[in-house]
Amino acid sequence: MSFLLVGVAFTLCAQKIYSTKIGQIKFNANTPLENVSAVNNQVDSKMIDKTGQIVFSVLIKSFKFENQLMEDHFNENYMESSAMPKADFKGYITNISKVNFLKDGLYPVNFDGTLTIHGVSQKVSTNGIMKIEGGKPAITGSFKIKIKDYGITGLYIGEKIAAEPEIVINCKYE
Amino acid sequence: MKPYKLSKRHPLGGCLAILLAIFCSGPFTAGAQVDLFKLQAEQDKKDAKQKKEITTSIFKTTRIVNGQSIENTGRGILDVKISHRFGEVNTGGYNFFGLDQATFRIGLDYGVSDRLEIGAGRSSYNKEFDEFFKFRLLRQSTGKGSMPLSVSLVSTAVERTINGPTTPYTTNYTDNLNFVNQLILARKFGDDFSLQFVPTMVHYNSVQTTSIPNDLYSVGTGFRLRLSKRVNLTGEYYYQVTQFRGTYNAASIGLDIETGGHVFQFFFTNATGINESSFITQTTGQWGNGGVHFGFNISRVFTVVKHKY
Repeated sequence: MSFLLVGVAFTLCAQKIYSTKIGQIKFNANTPLENVSAVNNQVDSKMIDKTGQIVFSVLIKSFKFENQLMEDHFNENYMESSAMPKADFKGYITNISKVNFLKDGLYPVNFDGTLTIHGVSQKVSTNGIMKIEGGKPAITGSFKIKIKDYGITGLYIGEKIAAEPEIVINCKYE
Repeated sequence: MKPYKLSKRHPLGGCLAILLAIFCSGPFTAGAQVDLFKLQAEQDKKDAKQKKEITTSIFKTTRIVNGQSIENTGRGILDVKISHRFGEVNTGGYNFFGLDQATFRIGLDYGVSDRLEIGAGRSSYNKEFDEFFKFRLLRQSTGKGSMPLSVSLVSTAVERTINGPTTPYTTNYTDNLNFVNQLILARKFGDDFSLQFVPTMVHYNSVQTTSIPNDLYSVGTGFRLRLSKRVNLTGEYYYQVTQFRGTYNAASIGLDIETGGHVFQFFFTNATGINESSFITQTTGQWGNGGVHFGFNISRVFTVVKHKY
């Protein structure tokens, strides 16, 4: 009986969750007037190979700027990160069936899902590259968002701060 | 005694659940029903409890008006500070209510590490040089192992270089030195309000007569009240427990205005001196009769050392 149960359990478990807690997300809102960019190296992300379900969870205060004052302003005046500490993406890799996790190589992937920043959710579709190396996937990709879509207000947006910053993702999964 | 209520589920169901749990709860495998969205939400909740988060921006810059705040200059950041006090308002229309006169301090602050800041400055009042270090002992935080207060230690040395009165005895270089030791205790109450207390000891190497104490004690208080995203009301009061005759407690009220890379402060204060020993223990102006100065501090930060994250 228990053998049967083991068998059932195995078939149910034939999918794999890949995850990381040290993924990287950069954003770049540079303008000719000011360099406004930051790096977050503590991105928590998970994905399932079979369904293509993927999540990113990002602590806003983990974005590091070169300029401390800019970081303070980012948290306090723009992102209001003590009230809204996290941003996340919940979605699917729509063409996950094209990725062979057993074969090293580069696979173009499409993402479809909901991006929540500053407490505001927006649908996002973008694409990136999945690299399989030694059975471990890594995702790179970039896309632009409109600051105004996420209810973020403050001085200098569109002047010293680019109105449509670029977000660059670089996550290696285990 | 009331018996414990036992589960009425079939024992085989429990067995299946255990087996599934064994095979599916490992870090790399998961059951077919696993929803990452839920999984992540649960993990976020757990992480939030585990994570210790340091409270930042208790004050907006490293000074409140005259005195040190709990804040440090960021690591690798050079902060150029220009502090300016006009004359006393009660000097009347002839001096254009103080605007004809000025004392100032030019200073450089630098963040050596996340905890240590060093700085130096020159004040026109009594032609004084000052050097200080400020070290974060504790940082206010929330989450696991949270800390209710931020605590920093500041130590300042001041050298007076103005020519003193001629004395019948010989004076040494060290006679012109005085030292200020301060412990800053600060707390941020939400985003809108912060408060700090600053027990202070000022030591003068030399005073005019033996009846005057070399060590003076005082307690400073300071607050910040957020008026809008970029404007904060600030205030500062140093109560002197022991003091020189003819001096008053320094009291100041002002506004912090954040403009990108700068924090611009303007305020009214009864202190003429700008470094620690002169404003805490040598303030002769009185609020009561209009002996206050209009003043401003300009701060501009430069990134000196770029660090990689």
